[in-house]
Amino acid sequence: MEDCLAKKMEITVSEAEKRTGRNAMNMQETYTAYLIETRAVQSQSEGQCAPVDSLWRRYSEFELLRNYLSVTYPHIVVPPLPEKRADFVWHKLSADNMDPDFVERRRIGLENFLLRVASHPVLCQDKIFYSFLTQEGGWKEMVNETGFQLKADSRLKALNATFRVKNPDKRFTELKHYSDELQSVISHLLRVRARVADRLYGVYKVHGNYGRVFSEWSAIEKEMGDGLQSAGHHMDVYAASIDDILEEEEHYADQLKEYLFYAEALRAVCRKHELMQYDLEMAAQDLTSKKQQCEELATGTVRTFSLKGMTSKLFGQETPEQREAKIKVLEEQIQEGEEQLKSKNLEGRDFVKNAWADIERFKEQKNHDLKEALISYAVMQISMCKKGIQVWTNAKECFSKM
Amino acid sequence: QDLSLPNGTPVDTSSPASSSSLLNRLQLDDDLDGETRDLFVTVDDPKKHVCTMETYITYRVTTKTTRAEFDLPEYSVRRRYQDFDWLRNKLEESQPTHLIPPLPEKFVVKGVVDRFSEEFVETRRKALDKFLKRITDHPVLSFNEHFNVFLTAKDLNAYKKQGMALLSKVGESVKYVTGGYKLRSRPLEFAAIGEYLDTFSLKLGTIDRIAQRIIKEQLEYLVELREYGPVYSTWGGLEVELSEPLEGVSACIGNCCTALEELSEDMTEDFLPVLREYILYSESMKNVLKKRDQVQAEYEAKLEAVALKKEDRPKVPTDVEKCQDRVECFNADLKADMERWQNNKRQDFRQLLMGMADKNIQYYEKCLTAWESIIPLLQDKPETK
Repeated sequence: MEDCLAKKMEITVSEAEKRTGRNAMNMQETYTAYLIETRAVQSQSEGQCAPVDSLWRRYSEFELLRNYLSVTYPHIVVPPLPEKRADFVWHKLSADNMDPDFVERRRIGLENFLLRVASHPVLCQDKIFYSFLTQEGGWKEMVNETGFQLKADSRLKALNATFRVKNPDKRFTELKHYSDELQSVISHLLRVRARVADRLYGVYKVHGNYGRVFSEWSAIEKEMGDGLQSAGHHMDVYAASIDDILEEEEHYADQLKEYLFYAEALRAVCRKHELMQYDLEMAAQDLTSKKQQCEELATGTVRTFSLKGMTSKLFGQETPEQREAKIKVLEEQIQEGEEQLKSKNLEGRDFVKNAWADIERFKEQKNHDLKEALISYAVMQISMCKKGIQVWTNAKECFSKM
Repeated sequence: QDLSLPNGTPVDTSSPASSSSLLNRLQLDDDLDGETRDLFVTVDDPKKHVCTMETYITYRVTTKTTRAEFDLPEYSVRRRYQDFDWLRNKLEESQPTHLIPPLPEKFVVKGVVDRFSEEFVETRRKALDKFLKRITDHPVLSFNEHFNVFLTAKDLNAYKKQGMALLSKVGESVKYVTGGYKLRSRPLEFAAIGEYLDTFSLKLGTIDRIAQRIIKEQLEYLVELREYGPVYSTWGGLEVELSEPLEGVSACIGNCCTALEELSEDMTEDFLPVLREYILYSESMKNVLKKRDQVQAEYEAKLEAVALKKEDRPKVPTDVEKCQDRVECFNADLKADMERWQNNKRQDFRQLLMGMADKNIQYYEKCLTAWESIIPLLQDKPETK
């Protein structure tokens, strides 16, 4: 962690700005641009502040960066981006991407993403990432030049397609199952939480009606008037308090969302292992069949049915020269295949080792972060309860003066 | 003075009910504390009776008194709602110039409300207890003969039948007959009371609706919370290190659900009924005001009739004099009752609203305790392996 970028450089996403431009089809579009500011971290001895560098990026560029990182480091659980579209909204929240509250929460999410990458021991060293933070022009071209799109395994996109892997690493199988369950449970939690927020909002707001009616009632009372009027004011305060309470709770929801999307990243790593293992097994299978073919040709026995074998039987055998040529080709292929298998095996073992190391790191991070999130949620609830007690105590005092 | 009500029933003048001593008694009643009070009535112990024809609830009515009007110092009788209803009607008949406290609603929609559920019976018991206590506190009504019989008679039905027979002999209608006179204008002070009551019952109606709406919203919130809590538990089942914290949060939310349920129940059982009682009270008072208008209208009409006759001796005939007395008596009784009502209302609402605030404070305190107790659990470092 000593070497990670986050220690050397201050990174913030400080502003968001609405822009209009023309898209790829030359149609006018509106989008939001985010200002990334970076500054070298000063050591204690230096007195002056380093200058701040800044550049603007839009969400699609963040997406490009993340795709690049996912493909280039398949064994790493790559930090997720904040949600593309507002999801899990309740009636007070806007589902509009241009809504200022959504933009603000996204700004925070994007900053969080950059900080996560910058504090990752492997990812922080990536040059493309560094350029993303520091190089305004030509970055897109630079990324595309890496040719990472070619490396991307299109099979990864087919999330639910099953590949019959005979010997997967059991840990990855379990982990994939866990990531599926985690996604499901956090989604459920976020959905219900949104409904809870909606209902709570309703409860608080209806109390505002007391404010008005107490005020009207106090007008016809002599002794009770003052007490009622001031109690009514407290009811208004109570009704208004829910807005801030629920806004704070959205931060908690965002923390949960991050791990909802992290579960996706975790799954991707498991999937990658699955695919590598599948390719390995296919390659081994192919090698075995080639060896068998070779043996059959050499010994003349046919153990496996093949169309070629049948046709040659029906239409006459090949000449010994032809057979020799075939054997030679096969032997070459077998040698190639054995080398490939060896390197694939090595690759596979390396992948498992490195991936598992990052997964352990991720697990610790997840446990720490979620615990912190739960604590802050409990603190929010405590604060809400205390506010409630305060308001009703004030109201009670007003009633006592009636 | 020969005071008699239009339907011929003589007003008992031997009781301290005449307007002059009324204010004196009011003064005494306002200082009423345990020592000067001489009549205590309580309603409790509801019991279900299953008979061939019907099933019903009776309540025990206990009386403790030192008053001379009662033969014994203590009584304990059982009464059902019908009996309270009968009492109220009797009081309205015999004390038309006074405000009679309201009874809880007579009819309940079968199938919607369970007449025999604990909550309903308890709510009703409290209202009936309040009803009798209000009569007990009233300087005139508490001395009413029917009230006495209600508190003491072993067989109330026999008395009821007796009363009916008597009246049918006399041939008079039981109800207070309105003369059908139209009042030109209500005196300012009574008009003010009327306006006040109109606005007051309107505002109470609004508060009732708001309170009901809040309870509804709270119950909908509760439904969601009940789904929310267990999801944390499910998640805990997937985790190792986070298992306990997540379970803790789940349990915490469960506790908040319980607290919320209690709050809604309390509001339904304690707050709403009292509110509704006062709406009924206002309606009663408005009716008394109308009766007063009738009495005044009769007087004015008779006075006018006399003026038109142009007699030589401007002697006011006795029945016009009687009307005048009736008006004055009614006005005095009504004003006294209104003042007493206003005072009780202030105390009742003070208590009611403070109670509402209290219930909410208790709800938040329960939730606060739950969340505070979970913080150490969440911060707990796992045992190093």
